[in-house]
Amino acid sequence: MRRVLDTVVGGLLPPLVAVVAAMLATGVLIAAFGGSPGDFLEVIFSVPNDRVLLTIINQSAMLSISGIAAAIGFRMGLFNIGVEGQYIVGSCAGAFFAGSGLVAGPLNILATLVVAAAAGAAYALIAGLLRVYRGVSEVISAIMLNYIALTMAGYLVTNYGQASGYTFTTERLPLDSQPLGFKIFADAPGDVWALSSLALILGIGYWFLIARTRFGFELRVTGESATAARASGVNVKRMTLATMALSGAVAGLVWMPAYFGSVHTFGTPENFQAGLGFLGLAVALLGRNRTLGIFFAAALFAFLSGQSNNLQSAGIAKDVIDITQGVTVLAVVVAYEVVGRRRAKTEAERVSRQLDAEREGASA
Amino acid sequence: MRRLSTYGVAIATCGLILSACGTAADNDTDDTEAAPECDPVQIEGDAKVSLAYDVGGRGDQSFNDSAYAGLEKAVAQFGLTDVSEGEAGQDESEDIREERLRNFADSGHNVIVGVGFAYSEAVDTVAPEYPNVAFAVIDGFDPTEDDVNCNVAYLGFAENEGSFLVGAAAALQSETGTIGFVGGVNNTLIQKFEAGYAAGAEAVDPDIEILSTYIEESDPAGFGDPAGGQAAAEGQYGDGADIVFHAAGFSGTGVFDAAVAADKLAIGVDSDQFLTAGPEQAQHIITSMLKRVDTATFGFIESVVNGEPDQGFTTFTLADEGVGYSVSGGFLTPETIAQLEDYKAQIISGDIEVPTEP
Repeated sequence: MRRVLDTVVGGLLPPLVAVVAAMLATGVLIAAFGGSPGDFLEVIFSVPNDRVLLTIINQSAMLSISGIAAAIGFRMGLFNIGVEGQYIVGSCAGAFFAGSGLVAGPLNILATLVVAAAAGAAYALIAGLLRVYRGVSEVISAIMLNYIALTMAGYLVTNYGQASGYTFTTERLPLDSQPLGFKIFADAPGDVWALSSLALILGIGYWFLIARTRFGFELRVTGESATAARASGVNVKRMTLATMALSGAVAGLVWMPAYFGSVHTFGTPENFQAGLGFLGLAVALLGRNRTLGIFFAAALFAFLSGQSNNLQSAGIAKDVIDITQGVTVLAVVVAYEVVGRRRAKTEAERVSRQLDAEREGASA
Repeated sequence: MRRLSTYGVAIATCGLILSACGTAADNDTDDTEAAPECDPVQIEGDAKVSLAYDVGGRGDQSFNDSAYAGLEKAVAQFGLTDVSEGEAGQDESEDIREERLRNFADSGHNVIVGVGFAYSEAVDTVAPEYPNVAFAVIDGFDPTEDDVNCNVAYLGFAENEGSFLVGAAAALQSETGTIGFVGGVNNTLIQKFEAGYAAGAEAVDPDIEILSTYIEESDPAGFGDPAGGQAAAEGQYGDGADIVFHAAGFSGTGVFDAAVAADKLAIGVDSDQFLTAGPEQAQHIITSMLKRVDTATFGFIESVVNGEPDQGFTTFTLADEGVGYSVSGGFLTPETIAQLEDYKAQIISGDIEVPTEP
């Protein structure tokens, strides 16, 4: 009973508090600039129409994958801020490969997933190798690599893609490689993209890997204490490289649902959604690196973004969504810290009480 | 047992993907048919206009504001009562853009203008769903050219022609014989500015040296990066240029800052930037290449009000005042202006053909 209560208080309360705090902060801000917080809350909590629901589901899926990519790094104490860059490189490589039609039909989808994941992993390994063999902080190198990725993708598409309007894109995905989505609303245009189901598969895979495999155990141990891990025979260098590669591979897959589901080509900025990689870091933080938490956080972020058009109709700048999302992440970090300290304190008190009782028992 | 159930779940989810293994080719119905003849779009009731802005929205003192000026003029002239506006966010997904347009249409708006070529794909997707709504995309293109939407107008500009004139102005007034061009993003649209600018300058002085820099290769951040604009312009001033033309949106303010710092000159873009820039910057802006987004927006709304909505591609040129140059501030000498008017007449008459690619 106590444990259940602990889980509820420790696990669920902080995000809830964070969301409420974020809503309040946003409301105060809107009021400060002469808007109506009431309108904001009304729009935010209105039920989205079917089309927006589809968008929310698909965006949740991509955000979840991005969150998983970030969480893999976080669990071992690596701050892979390069998820964004790996996401760009994976998307670009995947789209070039898929559009070339080297593999025909549905098999093209599987092959493209492999290419995208491999490209993301390879790109992540640059930061990993720099860290392991040259001691370069993966945060610094990955930030730089993010910029390089975007510029490089632009260069490749401009020089090896085809003109489309004023921009360039990769060749379009052949029709026979375009999977049909799940048509859950008959009347609404659009569907749940076939590869959005990747999020479920990767989510379960992530949970299994972390909780049920030796690799996952070593990864967590290294995350808790690299020294302890080394002492107990874990090859920390190899773990770092493997974790970066895995994180990058998942990051490389983030955009695949959108690519195969609706966009069918790649080119910045119109035919790509930059920024999903960065959002993944926030999603992982908010979701505490747990599969369910990540799904929840991704859904929340997607939901907020999905409501942004309605906010504009109500005369509220859509940028407030960014504020809400930002404050949510900030608040959740603070909330977990508070809960963590409280728990440590109660634990310490419980132990000292128990010790006191034992001492009294001994002296009696 | 527990392990078994885990695998069960894994297999079930793999099935999810497989169930979607049919592909679009299986139910591909729209084989190559001849493009249908287009009848004018019939909108229902009075014109209710919606403007969907590009990133930056109203208040950018440039592109989006210009579209709004066109809307204002239409509101005043035709007594429009129901207008609405929306704005794109940074890094938003295509779905959200489409949803913005559908929202407008669902709330009864029957004239929808996407401001900026980023709306091309979204309009192409949404337009068929609302055959009685007249759509327009400023700077737009049709991503599916063999499948024409009759209710979409693509409003383009002959930026190369306007740029030709400011290029000529730069060459006429340059003292060093070196001029510069700063583009926001290296795409074919901005290359059109560069091509016209270079052609105009070379028409005046075949030996002129033209420095060209793009802030970003493909990242749209190049249009919102004043520091990048400043660095690019500083480099060109350092290399001897005394006049720099920018086609870089908001990054242009950085170009103007560089002009102030180096005490050199600059040329603005889209709207008359002598009027919108700060007082210190304005003293260095000798002219601006005007791209009359307001004219295009107003013209489209007018065509709808008159019962014959524009369709297909319309290019606004020098001939119909869709592009031009500004003379505010009095920096252009009367001789320069006379020369520019001469070029203008030659372009309109077709004697000069301005290239669109550098």
